[in-house]
Amino acid sequence: MRPVPPRARGYVLGAALGGAACVAPAFGPDTPWSVLALLAVLYAAGEHAVRRDVAAATFFPVLLAGVFLLPPAAAALAAVPGALCARVERRPRGLRRLWRAAQPALAAWAAGHVYAALGGPAAASAPDFPYVLLPAVAAVLAFALALTALDGGILLTAELVPARTAWRGLLLRSLAPVSVHGLAGLMMAVLWSSPYGPPAALLVLLPMGVSCWVFAQYHRERSAHQATIRALVQAVDLKDRYTRGHSERVGRASVLIARELGMADDRVELLRFAGILHDVGKLGVPTRLLRKEGPLTPQERRVIELHPEYGHEMVRGIGFLGEARAAVLHHHERIDGSGYPYGLTGAQIPEAARVVAVADAFDAMTSTRSYRRARPVPAAVAELERCAGVQFDAAMVRALARALQRHGWSSEVTAGTETTAGGEPVRGAAAEAASGAASEPVREAASEAASEAAGGRPRSGRR
Amino acid sequence: MTARPAFRLPVAVTVVAVTVAVRAAAALLAVGALGATLWYGVEDPGIALAFGVLIAVGELARWGSGKGREPAPLGAAGALAYALVGECAGRPSHHGVLQVVAIVVAAGLVGAVPHVALGRGPCLDHIARRVLSVGFAALCFQPLYNSGQLTAVTGHGPAYAVVIVTLLALTALCDAVLAAAMAHDRSGWPFGPLLREELRGMSGVGSAVCASGAVMALAVAVAGLWALPVFSFPLLLTQLAFRRYAAVRTTYRQTIASLARATEIAGYTPAGHARRVADLSRAMGRDLGLPGPDLGVLEYAALMHDIGQLSLVDPVPAGATAALPEAEQRRIALLGGAVVRQTGVAADVAVVVERQADPFHEQPLAARIVRTANAYDEMAREQGPHGPLGALERLRLATGRDHQPEVVEALARVLARGRGRGSGGRGRPGTRRCAPAGRGSAGDVAGGVGKVRLTPRPPG
Repeated sequence: MRPVPPRARGYVLGAALGGAACVAPAFGPDTPWSVLALLAVLYAAGEHAVRRDVAAATFFPVLLAGVFLLPPAAAALAAVPGALCARVERRPRGLRRLWRAAQPALAAWAAGHVYAALGGPAAASAPDFPYVLLPAVAAVLAFALALTALDGGILLTAELVPARTAWRGLLLRSLAPVSVHGLAGLMMAVLWSSPYGPPAALLVLLPMGVSCWVFAQYHRERSAHQATIRALVQAVDLKDRYTRGHSERVGRASVLIARELGMADDRVELLRFAGILHDVGKLGVPTRLLRKEGPLTPQERRVIELHPEYGHEMVRGIGFLGEARAAVLHHHERIDGSGYPYGLTGAQIPEAARVVAVADAFDAMTSTRSYRRARPVPAAVAELERCAGVQFDAAMVRALARALQRHGWSSEVTAGTETTAGGEPVRGAAAEAASGAASEPVREAASEAASEAAGGRPRSGRR
Repeated sequence: MTARPAFRLPVAVTVVAVTVAVRAAAALLAVGALGATLWYGVEDPGIALAFGVLIAVGELARWGSGKGREPAPLGAAGALAYALVGECAGRPSHHGVLQVVAIVVAAGLVGAVPHVALGRGPCLDHIARRVLSVGFAALCFQPLYNSGQLTAVTGHGPAYAVVIVTLLALTALCDAVLAAAMAHDRSGWPFGPLLREELRGMSGVGSAVCASGAVMALAVAVAGLWALPVFSFPLLLTQLAFRRYAAVRTTYRQTIASLARATEIAGYTPAGHARRVADLSRAMGRDLGLPGPDLGVLEYAALMHDIGQLSLVDPVPAGATAALPEAEQRRIALLGGAVVRQTGVAADVAVVVERQADPFHEQPLAARIVRTANAYDEMAREQGPHGPLGALERLRLATGRDHQPEVVEALARVLARGRGRGSGGRGRPGTRRCAPAGRGSAGDVAGGVGKVRLTPRPPG
């Protein structure tokens, strides 16, 4: 656990003081306390329910309904009890609680003022559709902007992200979920002040709650899925002990090459899986053979050379792997046609397989095996370049060499730790902070914004 | 969830009385409603058009072919809302029951056109249920409202909202009973657990759909038709969340199935064994009335029950673990549990895998089922064409210690049902052309396992 930098502490305290100043006017005479109390309880309950499942989401519809129903100071106050009571998993708990209370309070206060300035309250109680959408949208925008500004500050002070990148992408990511929650909040406010009253408004929360819950399930299932992929790889490690960590590193090297070639994020992600799973077919090779010391007979060699086909047989049922499956099958093909299993040549070999072949060879050379020592990276690259055009695709080798110059290479074994499946190079700390655990696939990052709305906001700045 | 052509039976065998009656009633209602609406014209065409567009869009945005959970929450919520709309922005509306059904059917058809064009035909049973449940909701509400009796009692206050919600709950209940009855009819599973499972599935997307229907109906009454687009966005989001969840679940199941096949490809177990044991276990668990989540645990455990053999340096002959000495069986089971614990599946699954070789009175029920299903699959294979009955006899003789009598009897019932329905000894009686809500099986994605032909293994 890293200690919290003093300036982050100061930042949070400053935000809390600001929040307190915003909330203070609520203790005047014209606050509708019954509405405020009900909303505060709902928010607290929502926070509690949501956080029990996934430590990432915030239950905004209630808060935004508060913005549309209450004066700004009271709307800010509605967020405070829930945030102070919610469970906090990580230390320092007090500071985190304070931040979680101050941030939405400030945002709600700002949104409330924008809403009131555009004549929202009068339009909503009529209700004057479609005019009421204008103040509502403006308020949502203000809410998202305030959240983003505050989040960026946290990245800047606590995570020490450079000021240039701290705010990058944050607004876009939070805008979609906040605006959807804003529409739900608006509907809640309209129904609340209609003759049907609060019971009808509460119905709005049910679908929102369900989507939060589904989203939490989605996260859980996804991490379980990643664990299963790791288990597949570790099952290989059980059999073939000297390749420990090899799969992870080949995945990483494949990602380096794919990025260098300018592939789209989802293809890069597939290549990572291709690298991780390329040797999964070794599960089908008798353990005795894999562990055999000394030279292999031609027949034994032929048995080992079946592993790409076994691997393909295993993973072909996994739909999302796409072209990674072809890479598993063809990663031992050579450009000159002397490889196996089919002896394909040149461009007949799928691109993904050519990438994985280079990554595989590179890691095999730079890691220590029981029968020989690791070669240094430059020597390995030189060897790859020597074989380019005969064994390997020259474009892939060049891409790897360039990527290595740019990013360097560490051959640490990370197998078995939490971050294994995500052994990806840092893509800018803000993005990584936003995508949460490092094991979250990059491919998700792009579509994260839309879907986070279902379960709240992205994890950015949620310290 | 995809269909499983491997297990598909002729329609004539699977679809019987209840299903036919439901479809006929729905068809009759739909045709009658369309005819009447064409004949008498459409009341409040603006409202009808707005809801029609909403339902059509919801139908367009649906996923899957209507098997499993509610595939088009937006469309369903819009249809229910239209059935329960009494006024629009303060002015009373006048549409009747038949018009509601006609609009829902017409919009559903329009929305289904692109899907049908792409070869993803809708599921008939699902449409039939939709028509009937919307008809039911409209029948309960519209005559009461249009005659003025409802508002005379409740006024336009919270009580009115409560009535709407109660009506929706009633509709959902009827729908669940209908779905369970159809599933019972189709598969022969006991009705009680099926209904329980339908009702449990209701707590997820079902409740969201009902609540959205109520919100839309009330919001249209307050704010007019503008309420529809405003509230559609949050609901579309719910739909998106469900979709992504379904996608990652499918992927996860595929990966588990691949892991389960590792032992087959490694030559430790015969091809298709894990899949068969999983199907058999699931069928037995269902016969014994296990609830949905337990069936999931059971299936994953059954798929991975042999995974411990990967740690063996040499394969067990023919993968027949049931014939090994008990200590060795337990050791393999423990090794398997250790692997399973790394896969991120629920801890219950690992427990089942670890304890599959224990005497039955020390085991959890799921482990007993896996043990019996595994033993049956190994024995039935050994003995050629007369295997199945002989294997069952041997299991019955071993009920003193290894196998629980009730579980063996469940196996016998499952096998008998399988034979009666013509699926032979596959251990998968019947097939679910439209799965009842809230469940799916790993079989959906790994149905091909049974047909896998492995690359011929060279000696070595």
